[in-house]
Amino acid sequence: MTWLGRLLRRRRAEEQLRQELEFHVEEYADDLIARGVDPVEARRRALLEFGGVEQVKEVCRDARGTRWVEDIARDARYALRALRQRPGFTAVAIATLAIGIGAATIMFTVINGVLFKPLAFPEPGQLVVVREETNYSTAYGNQWAFAYENYLDCRNEVRALALTAWRFSGGTISGSGVPDYVQGLQVAWDLFSVLGVPLERGRAFLEEEDRPGGTPVAIISHRLWQDRYAGKADIVGERLVYDGTVHTVVGVVTEGTSFLTDIDIVTPLGQGITAQLRNRNMHPGIRVWGRFRPDASATEASAQLALVGRRLAEQYPASNRGRTFIASPARPVVGTVGPTLWLLFGAVSLVLLIACANVASLLLARAVARHRELAVRAALGAGRGRLIRQCLTEAGVLAIVGGLCGIALAAVGLQPFIALWPGDLPRAEEVQLDWRVLVFALSVSLISSLIFGLAPALRAPAREVDNVLRSGGRGVRGTSRTLHGAFVISEVALAVILLACAGLLGRTLIRLSSLDPGVNLQNVMVARMALSPATLADPGRTRASWNDMLDRARSVPGVQAAAIVDTVPMRAGNNQLPYWASASPPPERERPLALATAVSDDYLGVMGLSLRAGRFFDARDDLTARPVVVIDDVLAHSAFGAADPVGKQLSMPDLAPGPVDVIGVVGHVRHWGLAGDDQAAIRAQVYYPFAQVPDRLVRRWSQLMSIAVRTSGAPLSIVEPLRRELRGAAGDQVLYEVRTLDQLASNSLARARFLLVLFVVFAGVALLLACIGIYGVLSFLTSQRIPEIGTRMAMGATGTQVIGLILGQSLRLIAIGIVVGTLGAIAASQVLRRSVDGVNAIDVSTLATMVALLAGAALLATYIPAHRASRLDAMTALRTE
Amino acid sequence: MHPKSDLPQGTLDLLILKIVALGPVHGYAIAQRLQQVSRDVVQVPQGSLYPALHRLENRGLLAADWKDTERGRQGKFYRLTRKGRAQLDTESASWQRLSDAVGLILKLSEEGAK
Repeated sequence: MTWLGRLLRRRRAEEQLRQELEFHVEEYADDLIARGVDPVEARRRALLEFGGVEQVKEVCRDARGTRWVEDIARDARYALRALRQRPGFTAVAIATLAIGIGAATIMFTVINGVLFKPLAFPEPGQLVVVREETNYSTAYGNQWAFAYENYLDCRNEVRALALTAWRFSGGTISGSGVPDYVQGLQVAWDLFSVLGVPLERGRAFLEEEDRPGGTPVAIISHRLWQDRYAGKADIVGERLVYDGTVHTVVGVVTEGTSFLTDIDIVTPLGQGITAQLRNRNMHPGIRVWGRFRPDASATEASAQLALVGRRLAEQYPASNRGRTFIASPARPVVGTVGPTLWLLFGAVSLVLLIACANVASLLLARAVARHRELAVRAALGAGRGRLIRQCLTEAGVLAIVGGLCGIALAAVGLQPFIALWPGDLPRAEEVQLDWRVLVFALSVSLISSLIFGLAPALRAPAREVDNVLRSGGRGVRGTSRTLHGAFVISEVALAVILLACAGLLGRTLIRLSSLDPGVNLQNVMVARMALSPATLADPGRTRASWNDMLDRARSVPGVQAAAIVDTVPMRAGNNQLPYWASASPPPERERPLALATAVSDDYLGVMGLSLRAGRFFDARDDLTARPVVVIDDVLAHSAFGAADPVGKQLSMPDLAPGPVDVIGVVGHVRHWGLAGDDQAAIRAQVYYPFAQVPDRLVRRWSQLMSIAVRTSGAPLSIVEPLRRELRGAAGDQVLYEVRTLDQLASNSLARARFLLVLFVVFAGVALLLACIGIYGVLSFLTSQRIPEIGTRMAMGATGTQVIGLILGQSLRLIAIGIVVGTLGAIAASQVLRRSVDGVNAIDVSTLATMVALLAGAALLATYIPAHRASRLDAMTALRTE
Repeated sequence: MHPKSDLPQGTLDLLILKIVALGPVHGYAIAQRLQQVSRDVVQVPQGSLYPALHRLENRGLLAADWKDTERGRQGKFYRLTRKGRAQLDTESASWQRLSDAVGLILKLSEEGAK
């Protein structure tokens, strides 16, 4: 029988053991009777010679090897009974643990889903991302998106990988119903099969659809199918107008496919290949992913990719010299949430530690109170190991009950937490309670029980049992007083760290909110705008159409000024271009970069930029005039120093082949957000007129433009009239991603604000737990000193002196805790500084405020037991001895 | 008569395996057999047999079935498993080697004393 079998069938084993021994004794007795012994005497002798039946049974039970489990079960039952007898203590301990473990579990669940879980594709370990890599670096680095032509070559020549490609797109869906802008992807026809993206309706693309001139087909998201087409059954075959072209729907992506969470429409990449994409040198880039073919190794794949790289470098030296292709394991793209998650996990761990310290001090107090009980058990023959195990089991039972409550808390709190996350939490759909989370929560519970259970357990009496029994279990030995002190110190220290972090974040937020963003945040609405696809074909018509749109926007009541702009401050998106002021160009890899923004004339007024020198753009600055730019004071300073930049020239090869004239200087705008701008690597800004964007780029630029309007009243109130006014003749022009400038500024602080809210919550919980802990420990220590206090009062000590005595005892502990906590807080503030934009070193006043807050709360927690002790009646106190 | 001596550590298991190897047998019979073959030289308290039997059973060296005896009682009959047989072979071999070696040493010392 296996070990588990023996454990589960121990009742039967017990019965068989009884039978077997009984059998032995009876057989022996029968033999003795056969030899002529009297039956009663025979049985007596049989039993006697057998030895103690019960002792034999005990040893046989040990031989079963399941003994310790049975002991644990018995201890656990005993512990549960003991806990039930003290509901107050039990409730406080379990609630404390549930909060600590629940918070840690929530954070782990999020980290597990966002950072740890592999990509949600079949066999994700077989997937790779392939990039172009150059043997030189520029300001952009040395890794590059793929040129479409390079992808085709790799695809044909690399046998070890099945390569597929995709790029982001997007456009207006019109035709039936309200026109709507949707995010899209263009994908190689085999992307669905290579990655393993499931379709719930229809089919994937065919190879012949993935080339120029193929039948326009589209695969749509489950969401679009439900929202726009009300989930109609015959969706496959439906015709929709996307980006001005009639497409036939051939499939629907299965709901909840994580690769495509924001994407509503997928079209074949090969149909949208423009001359620009065909260019190996200057191209918008595509993303290439691959899956290992059966039996292919990573070494083979790299060798084959390198081989193609070498061949192309020889064949196309202008674009491909020094360029090769490298494959790396495909990982989920989660941006910069990692540090934030780990930061919060760290904070939660501190809360959990405080919770453990709290429960430990509660248990310790109880262990001292139960000293007599343990001493009696020791006197009755229980070994020290057995008593320690008993204490640990009790802690374990507490931890498991607390852990289960914590898991329940996490299950309830997870969704609100994700909803609180600023912006969209990447891979939020992967964040679920699963077996990993359960394993984590239970391990944390058990580890916690070791932390808080060990100290009380090790106090289990070993020697001097008689002393303990004689003293009535009242005297507190020095070791336990030291232990209690250690718990108070660590609780205070941990609370100081969390409070200081919360204070630092709060101060940071106040400082950042008061910064000048460089634009007037009041009454500005910005929205991305898609022109009718029909007008985009011709650059002249496109420019005219934009001017018409601006005129129409100005005619809407409530609109004071309107402009178009490609990259809006504090919103995602920027265009980094090299520039230099010297006559001869610096080496390509050392050219400084500036954030370039294409705008129309009224941009200055709409955004409220401050004009420092010269002028902003006007009607003169068109294609026939000299190319002009306006720079911000950061660029002015770095390019021209103290000299007046107006009238000087800059070289910006991406804007114009020759030099461009600087006609004005404006104040710096916090493009990277209120929090992030100071640390940003690229801060210099340059504005250029949309009217001077060359013909070949007008179409591309027009797909990126936003419209910005300054309003006289609430900016969002004009959105609907504006939308109607700008819909265009064909009714297919839409505004999307509508925001106010105020919202964008506020969003740029969202991360800091989110962290602040959580740290305030954590610090509050920590403060509360620490106070409960201090109160518990001090009440306990004071109660143990009742006889002493009684003696003192009988000798003439006043109430005030008694209060002083108790307060002095706790003040010392609190002071040590504050010193340790302050050191920890300084270290923690360094971590915050590194991982949160805009945080400076912690200042003395913040630290002092938080320490004072904690010291006040801690003293209050101490004062209650001290006050109680001072009101003691001396005679009663003495009689307790 | 010499006083009865305790069994050396671990030899009880070997003796049990050897006795069970002769055919399925219950605990009482094993105790009887031990007493007979050891001619009362070694003393095995009857009760201490059972923990050893259970240990061997849990280690998979013995298996047990409940069968009726001639006297009509249900007894637990032990038999040797394949693993038990292999264990018996290795243990008896090593016991043999050990006792040969000990015998040799004892002989040597006697000769040296002469």
